[in-house]
Amino acid sequence: MHPAYSVIVFTTASGAGLGLIALLSAGAALGLIPPDRTLGIAGFGVGFALFTGGLLSSTLHLGRPERAWRAFSEWRSSWLSREGVAAVVTYVPAGIAALGWVMLGRSDGIFAVAGVLAALAAAVTVYCTGQIYASLPTIRQWQQPLTTPVYLILALATGALLATALLAVLGHPWSLAARVAFLALAVGLLMKMLYWRAIDTSRPRYTIEAATGLGALGKVRPLDPPHTQPNFVMREMGFEIARKHAERLRGFVVLTLFALPMALLAIAGAAPSPIPPMAIVLAAGSAAVGVLVERWLFFAEAEHVSMLYYGKAAA
Amino acid sequence: MPPLDTSRPVSDEVKATTCYMCACRCGILVHLKDGEVRYIEGNPDHPVNKGVICGKGAAGIMQHLSPARLRAPLLRTGERGKGEFKEISWEEALSLATDWLGEVRDRDPKRLAFFTGRDQSQSLTGYWAIQYGTPNYAAHGGFCSVNMAAAGLYTFGGAFWEFGEPDWERTEYFLLFGVAEDHGSNPIKKALGTLKKRGAKIVAVNPVRTGYGAIADEWIGIKPGTDGLFVAALIHELLATRKIDLDYLARYTNAPWLVIDAPGTAEHGLFARDEAGKALVHDLATGQLVGAPAAGLKPALTGRHTLADGRAGQPVFALLAERYLDPHHAPEAAAEATGVPASTIRRIAAELAEAAFTKEIRLAQPWTDWTGETHAEMVGRPVSMHAMRGISAHANGFHTCRLIHILQILLGSIDCPGGFRYKPPYPKPVPPPLKPFGKPGHVKPREPLGGPHLGFPTSPADLLVDDEGKPTRIDKAFSWEAPFAAHGLMHMVITNAALGNPYSIDVLFLYMANMSWNSTMNVPAVLEHLTAKDETGAYKIPKIIYSDAYASEMVAYADLILPDTTYLERYDCISLLDRPISEADGPADAIRHPVVTPDRDVRGFQEVLIDLGHRLKLPAFTSPDGSPKYPGGYADYIVNHERSPGIGPLAGWRGEDGANFGKGKPNPDQLRRYIESGGFHMHHLKPEQRFYKHANKDYLEWATAVGFMPSSEPVIFQLYVEPMQRFRLAAEGRTGESVPEQHRARVARYFDPLPFWYPPEDVAGAGPSRTAYPIHAVTQRPMHMYHSWGTQNAWLRQITNENRLYVHRDLGRRLGLADDDWVWIVGALGRVKAPVRLMTGCHPDTVWTWNAIGKRQGAWALDPDAPETTKGFLLNHLISELMPEQAGGYRYSNSDPVTGQAAWYDLMVRLERCAPGEPHETSPRFEPLGRPTQIDAPRELRFGEAFGGRRS
Amino acid sequence: MTSLPQRTDRKLGLVIDLDICVGCHGCATSCKEWNTGGYSAPLSDQDPYGADPHGAWLNRIHAYEVGEGAASRTVHFPRSCLHCETPACVTVCPTGASYKRAEDGIVLVNPDTCIGCKLCSWACPYGAREYDYAHGVMKKCTLCVDRIYNTNIPERDRVPACVKACPTGARAFGDLGDPQSEVSRSVAVRGGYNLLEAFGYQPVNKYLPPRERRDATTAARSASPPTMPTSDGTSIERFFAWVDRTLSAKET
Repeated sequence: MHPAYSVIVFTTASGAGLGLIALLSAGAALGLIPPDRTLGIAGFGVGFALFTGGLLSSTLHLGRPERAWRAFSEWRSSWLSREGVAAVVTYVPAGIAALGWVMLGRSDGIFAVAGVLAALAAAVTVYCTGQIYASLPTIRQWQQPLTTPVYLILALATGALLATALLAVLGHPWSLAARVAFLALAVGLLMKMLYWRAIDTSRPRYTIEAATGLGALGKVRPLDPPHTQPNFVMREMGFEIARKHAERLRGFVVLTLFALPMALLAIAGAAPSPIPPMAIVLAAGSAAVGVLVERWLFFAEAEHVSMLYYGKAAA
Repeated sequence: MPPLDTSRPVSDEVKATTCYMCACRCGILVHLKDGEVRYIEGNPDHPVNKGVICGKGAAGIMQHLSPARLRAPLLRTGERGKGEFKEISWEEALSLATDWLGEVRDRDPKRLAFFTGRDQSQSLTGYWAIQYGTPNYAAHGGFCSVNMAAAGLYTFGGAFWEFGEPDWERTEYFLLFGVAEDHGSNPIKKALGTLKKRGAKIVAVNPVRTGYGAIADEWIGIKPGTDGLFVAALIHELLATRKIDLDYLARYTNAPWLVIDAPGTAEHGLFARDEAGKALVHDLATGQLVGAPAAGLKPALTGRHTLADGRAGQPVFALLAERYLDPHHAPEAAAEATGVPASTIRRIAAELAEAAFTKEIRLAQPWTDWTGETHAEMVGRPVSMHAMRGISAHANGFHTCRLIHILQILLGSIDCPGGFRYKPPYPKPVPPPLKPFGKPGHVKPREPLGGPHLGFPTSPADLLVDDEGKPTRIDKAFSWEAPFAAHGLMHMVITNAALGNPYSIDVLFLYMANMSWNSTMNVPAVLEHLTAKDETGAYKIPKIIYSDAYASEMVAYADLILPDTTYLERYDCISLLDRPISEADGPADAIRHPVVTPDRDVRGFQEVLIDLGHRLKLPAFTSPDGSPKYPGGYADYIVNHERSPGIGPLAGWRGEDGANFGKGKPNPDQLRRYIESGGFHMHHLKPEQRFYKHANKDYLEWATAVGFMPSSEPVIFQLYVEPMQRFRLAAEGRTGESVPEQHRARVARYFDPLPFWYPPEDVAGAGPSRTAYPIHAVTQRPMHMYHSWGTQNAWLRQITNENRLYVHRDLGRRLGLADDDWVWIVGALGRVKAPVRLMTGCHPDTVWTWNAIGKRQGAWALDPDAPETTKGFLLNHLISELMPEQAGGYRYSNSDPVTGQAAWYDLMVRLERCAPGEPHETSPRFEPLGRPTQIDAPRELRFGEAFGGRRS
Repeated sequence: MTSLPQRTDRKLGLVIDLDICVGCHGCATSCKEWNTGGYSAPLSDQDPYGADPHGAWLNRIHAYEVGEGAASRTVHFPRSCLHCETPACVTVCPTGASYKRAEDGIVLVNPDTCIGCKLCSWACPYGAREYDYAHGVMKKCTLCVDRIYNTNIPERDRVPACVKACPTGARAFGDLGDPQSEVSRSVAVRGGYNLLEAFGYQPVNKYLPPRERRDATTAARSASPPTMPTSDGTSIERFFAWVDRTLSAKET
């Protein structure tokens, strides 16, 4: 699948933003994070900026961004519509929680309820995003049990890294957040490895013979394409990445999204001041690069069944 | 659900005219909305396509809107080939052309060479050339399919495609030779679908399995150029198994005619004739020699018969049987050279026989033969065949095509139910009684030629040669080099003119033929010829006038450009005098008329020609008072011109009241009648006239009355072509005629009155060795493209804008080739670089590609980096227009020795894998051409936006 | 609506005969020219005269080679929207622009409400959805919904443009929900099949498979060896004797 930058930025930025919002509002509701005004402004500021920026970026993927509002109508059947609805819904409890925190310095009562709801709504939003991909039987690499969990865990991990970094930079206790981040990264790494193994070992489900229905006559080979230059379907679904290149990029993801941030978190946990905030910011930065590459690879490694008609032997 | 109007008006107006996206000439309905073309569809009432339309036809809008359309007359300002021009007015252009042409006509008319390409108005262009007085006129048939026309017309007075078609409704077995996708395309496609649904068997004999071959029930991947051997083996097998129609042969062919057996004399091999000139047969009923054809004969087909003068005569059939029953024509003998197993040849022969004789058709339709004998039914042999360029474009194409016709005739399947049927005005006498004009005495300053340029020689006296036997035509047509060159040799004109062989010319006038690119052989050499200068610095071809609608590669090499219209902006006449659109059930002709007005300063070429005719004061285009004879231009000419009294370009609605077909006074209302009737007219033959037209009294008398036939004499199929023997006798020195020594052996060999197969490379003589170039290289035309017109079309070029060299997997494996690798295609003339695609469905030692995809940079208003220029390649660069030097230095053209047909498909090559690092870009590429019209092609098309919508 | 109709009154669709298609692209360009000025107007083309020309086409023709050696064959394969009974392209649509008509089963995109998210094209296994780069919305085969009911068109022409154009008659249009329709009968007789049935989208369009060849690979070695007359003389003499006998037999 063609890795569209708008969608990569959207899913990663919104994921991280929603992760951050969820952690802050839930953490505050549970009394784990003090409703410090500066922290609130910075945390929700960054969270909403990433979340909203991501959403705006996603509209760049649309042929008719001015009609984006229409996407809320079909939540009964469409994961994309549900994602849109959930994203908008998230603004309400998250906004209330943020207002309570920043304006009133409160995270209890109704604001606690809002905080928990915000965290839930954020999770639902990311879940919907994951389901957009996981529900497509046309793409074997996406219709995997781990697709949505990976979206969720990476949103949590990147959100947690951001939260840890903010807490640390603003001088708040950050070790709990760091532990969450570390754990999420560890689980994320495990899931991603299992995901990769799954897509590497799962057999292609369809062949060119099945797609054309001509298998009874023998092996099918393309002779002439319908058009000599790539058309939309080939541009959109025909993106291919060389196996070797993909492996190198997977290694890069393991390093930048998981290994390096985890190591830096460990260093931060052990090292004396002023190293920890620097290490944590570095970890977040590394993960940001890593998650962008992870998402790029998520698209690049995905093979669409329709490419069978254009000569791909199996998908 | 959203509001949706499913019944919106399609257009304001629908105009019926004729397609010109290829030579098929289907009827189209052009929908106009707000004066613009909205939609083009097939005309359901039209006899050619009956409502269907092909990939090209449905893309006509983009042809009509092409940014490559020329905008105004152009005068060359830079050197030839640079593409530098200035726009001039029509008055300037026509005055200049008149000066150039008039001066030559006053001095020596033959110094004008006027050749037209995919022209569909040859009856006008030829007539104009007659009036001008030059002998140097022809259309593109010489490099297209003259072998098919000549072989058919010398054999049975018809031919494949335009002059006949299978009885699609009834045929049970259809044998298709060679590439056929490019002519008669919709009728054949429609018919193939019908045959498939009916379960009739289709056999495709073709080195490449694409298109029609793909859906054939059987594909015979024959080696290129060996079809004749395959067919001769089928004939052998049918004779050996006694599966021939003796009665049909005795009635309708020259099988019983007695051939004089007197070796060494001037009459050896000619027919024994009576005083009236009729060929003699031995009548079994009376034991007498009787002049044929005659009523009530029971002629002998075998034996030796003593003639009145004591010499012996043998029936043609006996000679034929002896030739093809010879073991060297047995299937086993043909198997290796053709690549077709003997068992397959035998099986096909048996299937042909089964279809012809076991599935015999008896139509309960009484008819009367030419002798007056009435038959209660029409007997049919439901076997039919079709062939086009795949047979034609080899140096043995004439004889191969004759072999196919002989196969048809032995099976009794010409113009019978289920067989191959004539399309009126065919059949014609064999050969048609037209002799070419252009002998030295025919050509005089300021005088018309006196007769047609093209015809059918029947003896050396008909050749267009001077006293020394040298050609009088620039293309050497009808000379000893190509005696039956019934369509001329357009592919040789530029080369001959530049080399001054046989002479040089002053003006070259071309129409609609991309002769500096995909329509020429040996492009690099031809480009040199077009730009060659003499010692004074003047061009060796001093003046070139060219008319085309588009900025083709040829435009850059002309001095004066007369911009033509698109096919939707013009009048045209698809005439029975020329190449009609008839069906087997009746003659039909058609017109084009302007359905939209040009938005540019362009004029239809025929309008221009008529205007020039008047400016040059050509008699047929000038009234006695000196005014234009056709002040209304081409439309005026179409209606009012009479070739002979009562016969004009259009056959329908003749006579003052429009009641006549064929003959009648000009009808001022004629064009309106055509336009109202869908742009065509078809006359339906009566049921009793529809078969056996060659011998059908009702048909022949009617055909004579409407001017199709000179008389109602039957058309007797010439299995044995006596005129060829006359040439052979002359070449052997038996007749006292002077034949240049150079040509004697060649003419003696190839003018065999019975067809035979020879390897095409024999014609080349001292050709390159098979070991150096072991691979055949041929081209096909994609069904969605027509020549170079296709790849400028915004829609069609999306389908194909780069071509591949298709290579058989086994050959690919031997050479270590994979898909998309690049190879050098190396021939005796040079090399061309091409990308590869491997396939299974082709002859293992044959590579092929799509024709005319490659374009020269700068032409056709395409971007400089268009794939057509970077990856599209031509094989033309490797095909020599001249054969290697013979002893004495003579160089024949690369043509069939009988007809002069361009032998495109005899190219032999080898493949060399490109070295790693060689750029993936075709070679050779030529200097970019300047753009004659500064039209910026749009970066995006939103055609139809204004028409569309969902609500009313 | 994104929700699919429970059932459709009719199941209009195409039956494509792979045994007959010669790959002429007539259906493809006819489709393009009808629809670029019709319901889907325009079907835009990018870089039409340049290095990378491409555009929106609702019908595309592939050519394949199938099988090996003498048994191999070339198959032309037109591909367009199959108007599935339960199409995922409709249910994934977030705006309801994609919908399936209850009256005839035609799957359409409303170009006025499509946001161009392309998700439907991801959901379609057949590669049948075509994004229009200029228009920013998704285009697809409409089964010429603006032709088949159009009373401004002569009744005999009220079929999709591709069907009307097809020179070989390899495309047929009709109600596949009616077992008595001509298209349904041809599917039954010829073993018409669905593409990628495993997806469960229940395509309405059907493909008729290429028929078995009738050539050396299938011919029963039935062609019995020709029986030759056994009289004396050389083969040519025997042949002439047969000719004479046959001709004289005809006389009596």
